[in-house]
Amino acid sequence: MSVTTSINASATSGTIDQRSWYAKNKLRVAPWLFLAPAMIFFIVYVVLPIFQSLWISFYEWDGLGEAKWVGIGNYVELIDDDRFYTSLYNNVLWLVLYMLAVPAGLFIALFLNQTVTGMRIYKSLFFFPFVISQVVVGLIFTWFYNPNFGIVGEIWKFFGAVPPSILGDENLVTYGIIFAGLWPQIAYCMILYLTGLNNVSPDQIEAGRLDNAKGWKMLWYVVLPQLKPATFIAIVVTVIGALRSFDMIAIMTQGGPYGTSNVLSYYMFETALSEYGFRMGYGSAIAAVLFFIMLFFISYFLWNMYQEEKVGR
Amino acid sequence: MIKSLIRATAVLGTATLMATTAFAGDLVINFDDPNPGPKKGFETAVEKFKAANPDINVTVNITDREAHKTAIRNFLSADAPDITSWYPGNRMAPFVNAGLFEDVSDLWSSDANLSAKFEAIKPTMTIDGKQWGVPYTYYQWGIYYRKDIFDKMGISEPKTWAELIAASKKLKEGGVTPFTIGTKFLWTAAGVFDYLNLRTNGYDVHNQLTAGKIKYTDPRIRATFAKWKELVDMGAFVDNHATMSWQDAIAPFAKGEAAMYVMGNFSVDGYKNAGLKEDQIDYFPFPEITPGVPRAEEAPADAFFIPAKAKNKADARKFLAFIAQPEIQSEWNTTIGQLPPNSDAKVGDDKFIQQGFETVSTAAGLAQFFDRDAPAEMAKAGMEGFQEFMIKPDRLDAILKRLDKVQERVYK
Repeated sequence: MSVTTSINASATSGTIDQRSWYAKNKLRVAPWLFLAPAMIFFIVYVVLPIFQSLWISFYEWDGLGEAKWVGIGNYVELIDDDRFYTSLYNNVLWLVLYMLAVPAGLFIALFLNQTVTGMRIYKSLFFFPFVISQVVVGLIFTWFYNPNFGIVGEIWKFFGAVPPSILGDENLVTYGIIFAGLWPQIAYCMILYLTGLNNVSPDQIEAGRLDNAKGWKMLWYVVLPQLKPATFIAIVVTVIGALRSFDMIAIMTQGGPYGTSNVLSYYMFETALSEYGFRMGYGSAIAAVLFFIMLFFISYFLWNMYQEEKVGR
Repeated sequence: MIKSLIRATAVLGTATLMATTAFAGDLVINFDDPNPGPKKGFETAVEKFKAANPDINVTVNITDREAHKTAIRNFLSADAPDITSWYPGNRMAPFVNAGLFEDVSDLWSSDANLSAKFEAIKPTMTIDGKQWGVPYTYYQWGIYYRKDIFDKMGISEPKTWAELIAASKKLKEGGVTPFTIGTKFLWTAAGVFDYLNLRTNGYDVHNQLTAGKIKYTDPRIRATFAKWKELVDMGAFVDNHATMSWQDAIAPFAKGEAAMYVMGNFSVDGYKNAGLKEDQIDYFPFPEITPGVPRAEEAPADAFFIPAKAKNKADARKFLAFIAQPEIQSEWNTTIGQLPPNSDAKVGDDKFIQQGFETVSTAAGLAQFFDRDAPAEMAKAGMEGFQEFMIKPDRLDAILKRLDKVQERVYK
């Protein structure tokens, strides 16, 4: 606000402004100049490819030869594709179960938010799974789940049961991968809540104590409202994490057995870019569907954020 | 400061420009197997080529096989080498159809070796009546088995389906799973399917199926699956095969928990690395199922191709003709333990190569492999179907109908 008024002031006070256009509009132009590099890259590498993908999704193209216009043919095929529905269902499963990371992260954070000697070490140990690469996490869990030599097999055998082949069973495989994905995601949520807990005002806790609040009530009515920003970020990163769950699936099962652990992002990769794929149009159609699902969530969060800021002001 | 930076970049730019400009006599070859054996075989052949053609300056790029599969699409259309390795059959079809491979039919008709000694393999190098590359190796498939376990249980090499079933039952009774397999990457299951189909229905049905001329719900294909079901129902395959790669599946074989493996000859190295001795393992061709069906074999080949955008096609042709010679093919394939496509070439004295050569050279037809004979999309759907069938054999009907649907779309 102050910027525009000062410009207006200078414009009205002088008789005829002799300065160059740039000098006159410096304050208005400067932010755009600073934003320009980021915006150019964003447009070239994010916005344009989005439209390009949408465009390609109307073609049948193997990435080499002539692209053939098929209109909405790829989308019609999607509606009739069992693999697509399996992937969509698994995506929903990921979204729902991945949300467990938020409360789990909160409770670990509450548990770790104490002053004990060596607490920093414990905290960093809990944070550790987030630091190691998803690929490594996937590999480790693949070994855990191996019924012949993995820890899961050993536990089952200890109780005298026949160990299940978690990654080879169509009913268990997605849960197995989600569980592996939760491990680093919980750590991520935990660190968000830990930083949030640092900002919880001691006065309010004190005041709550005086009013005889403790335990769950204290958590629900006094601590959690103050953690709202952390919760918001935790949910956002978890939703995004669930929707782009790709590396775990690529490492652990490659979408198998027979496509039952596919999610949209991996199915898109498989049809468009893998060894037996190179159906660029069909892959782009899947990408478009995934894009609109993400767009839905992201706009919801942005809208939410906007509303809150309006109230805050 | 900025000026000097610009000058530096300009100098660097010219330098790289000069480095990539190919002079006449430069020959760039992309090869796709950095494993010690194949690399040595390839490099030896290149050295000999250099010695025979001192005026040609050969540059070699060796990349990992999986990386090569993705990179080839880029380098064929952007910055093509003069020669690249790739696979025949339907695997070369996308590039041939897109005009990215050079037609080398002239070489096949004029070269003394190619015109006369490659008859068996010529059809797989042919699309639209033209030849597109020169094969340097191929290898047999079949059943590798634990000879020590067979001997201990008094089982001899099965020659017929009934004998195979009997042997499997005996193994099961002795607490050994008949077959090991790892289907995580799907293609291993296609090997089993191909053999069952080749033995039940023969070579023509295999070709018609992969060419999309027979439906998957055809009674002949159902007969193939019926045979497969016999094996699946008796528990002839190791559990958890869906989570194992073909290398992982060597473990139960090496530990003696499974006694047979339907595989290609490249796996022998894996058995030996897993600690098995030469006399513990042996090979037999997949047994007969329908009496009277001529015996066809799986024998995938690897070949070299000239990209259409190659800069030095004259010398590239020289190289292709050079590697077609019997001496070169003998030495190369002895090094890598595989079979030379040139019928005049000598076969190595390793027992697996000898048996493989015996099997393949007497075969009535040579199939490439399900995923090389069928188009990529069909192959993927088919192999997923095979894997599903091995885990849920009751879903056969649904699987076959789905494959028909895919087939209808792919071959339209």
